Amino acid sequence: MNAFRNTFALKSSGDMARLGVILALAGLILFGALRYENFLSQYNILSFLRYNSMFALIALGMAFVIMTGGIDLSVGGTAAMASVVAALLSPYHWAAGLFGGIAAGLAVGALNGFTVTVMRIQPFIATLATMLAAYGTALLLAGNQSVSVSYDSGFTAIGQDDFLGFPIPAWIALLVYFAGWLVLERLPVGRHVLAIGDGEATAALMGLKVRRTLAAVYTGSGALAGLAGVILASQFGAGQPTEGVGWELFAIASVVVGGTLLTGGSGSVGATLAGALLLAMVFNILNFENGLGWISLSAYWQSVIRGGFLLVVVVLQARLMSRGASEGRV
Amino acid sequence: MLLSMHGICKSFNGIPALRSASLEVGEAEVMALVGQNGAGKSTLIKILTGAYRRDEGSIAFAGEDVSFNMPAESQARGIATIYQEINLAPQRSVAENIYLSREPRRFGLIDRRAMREGAVAVLRTFNLEIDVDQPVAHFSAATRQMVAIARAVTQKARLVIMDEPTSSLDEREVAILFETIRTLKRAGVSVVFIGHRLDELYRICDSVTIMRDGKTVATGAMAEMPKLALVRHMLGKELAAFEAIAKDADEGAQRPVRLSVENAGAGVRVRNVSLTVREGEISGLAGLLGSGRTETANLIFGADRLERGEIRYKGQARSYRRPAEAIADGIGLVSEDRKVDGIIPDMSIRENMTLALLPKLARSGIVDRARQDEIVARYIAALGIKCTSPDQPIKELSGGNQQKVLLGRWLCTDPKLLIVDEPTRGIDIGAKAEILRLLRRLADEGLGVLMISSELEELLAAADRVTVLSDGTSVAVLPRRELSEAALFAAMAHQVE
Repeated sequence: MNAFRNTFALKSSGDMARLGVILALAGLILFGALRYENFLSQYNILSFLRYNSMFALIALGMAFVIMTGGIDLSVGGTAAMASVVAALLSPYHWAAGLFGGIAAGLAVGALNGFTVTVMRIQPFIATLATMLAAYGTALLLAGNQSVSVSYDSGFTAIGQDDFLGFPIPAWIALLVYFAGWLVLERLPVGRHVLAIGDGEATAALMGLKVRRTLAAVYTGSGALAGLAGVILASQFGAGQPTEGVGWELFAIASVVVGGTLLTGGSGSVGATLAGALLLAMVFNILNFENGLGWISLSAYWQSVIRGGFLLVVVVLQARLMSRGASEGRV
Repeated sequence: MLLSMHGICKSFNGIPALRSASLEVGEAEVMALVGQNGAGKSTLIKILTGAYRRDEGSIAFAGEDVSFNMPAESQARGIATIYQEINLAPQRSVAENIYLSREPRRFGLIDRRAMREGAVAVLRTFNLEIDVDQPVAHFSAATRQMVAIARAVTQKARLVIMDEPTSSLDEREVAILFETIRTLKRAGVSVVFIGHRLDELYRICDSVTIMRDGKTVATGAMAEMPKLALVRHMLGKELAAFEAIAKDADEGAQRPVRLSVENAGAGVRVRNVSLTVREGEISGLAGLLGSGRTETANLIFGADRLERGEIRYKGQARSYRRPAEAIADGIGLVSEDRKVDGIIPDMSIRENMTLALLPKLARSGIVDRARQDEIVARYIAALGIKCTSPDQPIKELSGGNQQKVLLGRWLCTDPKLLIVDEPTRGIDIGAKAEILRLLRRLADEGLGVLMISSELEELLAAADRVTVLSDGTSVAVLPRRELSEAALFAAMAHQVE
């Protein structure tokens, strides 16, 4: 075990959990590739990436929030609202839809940051409130129905087209994840995010700008939810005021599976991506399983299976982490 | 003068915490700041660093009037504070902790190599060679403290404030810390050293500032301040603290043995421990940190499993598998770390005190409130707990009163043997004496007390007999009449060399 840890330069218990998610992901891909004929087909891979990019984006924002020891429940509502805003603005210019949607999400995120840092409201409550408000706003703006996007301005390219043979949403997610990795690992603010999650009072005593950092993290999470909303609208050709329900839970699950502690202070961008892909992969595999025609799982059963799978992964991780913790101790 | 604070006043909700306090520190001076709990030391420090705002008074630092609004501002000006509970981010690496908020950068990105090398270099000046990529949580309290000091040094601090820096260090680590302080001093850095242990203050400090009731009552050179005068200034009354309340063990030699541990061992921390506690006796257990004192207590209490040797309680061989079995047999353990293992801060005195008793208080699952009230009232009175009501949250009490509530928690279960691990840690001198007197009274009423303590004065004053542990082995049993600081030191130094 120790030689193994050294080989992979695994220093902390968190690293062990992160290794776990990558192994689980590799295992699932192998399982799918062996069992289903078209699993590794270009069509499946590309549509998998196209569809799941928006969830990955939301998971990244959530990962930063959770690393500070907080939570952002508003991301689903924010994405729904942003999708409506983007759809409404899309006739003017594709960029109006893109940046309008992001700005809408950023505004919600900034409001979260303000309530959490200045008003000192618990993140759970603050973002629960903005979640409700965001859904309400989405429905108000959309007039209680989905809003068709403009097909003339090029807005739909964001979610539907490819660039260099690769879906544009996947490119966006890839770039954003690279930026996220850079911020977390190579910029002071990323280290401060982790230090704040380790203990807010301590971080303040060490002279870190706690409020500013927290506000930035919530704003970032909102902006990423906004971006996900833009992709949603563009991909499905309509702003969807009733979409996004449960997205926050999917994002939280991805982050947790990625080995980020809900108590904050630890986390990895790469493992968050792996976590998001892992959960999406379970869904993908269940679809294939239905396609085989031997069994037919209803959406309800799929939910149950995903939940069970999540539970198994989390339990395995807890065991890996406690082992890592006991061996890492000097 | 590097720092001069004058006429500092501060009230919280109309209750004055500081009433014209002052503090002056010269260049490269090590200043002791002493006072009982509640004297206003930490409030004064928090005003200096900008964590609190003062109501009145002036602060001059390095020749300029200053008024810091937050710790970051005072840090930027060269005031670093190392708090008692060592404020570092536990999951971050040593190198990161040293440089957080001032990371070396290259093209805007963190220069990890420069950070690592800088950390190694600064730690080397303190003779510390550790893997700076490890999270600080992996290291001992002493090492974490050195990391905090290294952080202060890299901040180009001119004044380092240390709040009870030795409270979790053993003798060897204290020596390292003091060497570090001397290194700082040679580099022209001033230090404010807040501490309770007088011997340490005399060893390291140049001058002393004594506070009482929110005021600065005396200052002077350490060498010209006799211990007795210092304590008198702190307490504001004649020293009653460490009157000898111990009894000669011979007096009790006829008394029945309540607990005897013979050649006990488990794991590597407890190798071969023998000790006795008689009825009506305070039996001391001394030794350096890591000598296996707490681990021995855990063995007796059933928190750890006995592997070798024998534990006899009331004449019968016992090996408890769980603390619950020891408790049922009438053994209580007041653990070392109040904040972690003992109190539940937000719960009331009543609830904290009757926690261990609840199963017995319940009638068909419902707590008998009348009996609970009666018991709580009795122990608040008997232990002299100062509180506004039994419903007051325990976190609002002083350390000494919290400790009394914990004692009360065990006493109301009517134990026959009480193990107290560092019963006066973090408690001011006045309350310490009170706790010791209380233990003596309980012993007089027939309780057997096993007192683990790192404070020699405390053992000298209260223990009827002291068993000294070194490296998991009991190396000496000193009866009352052979007990002296020199004898204890000699015994503790055994096998340590």
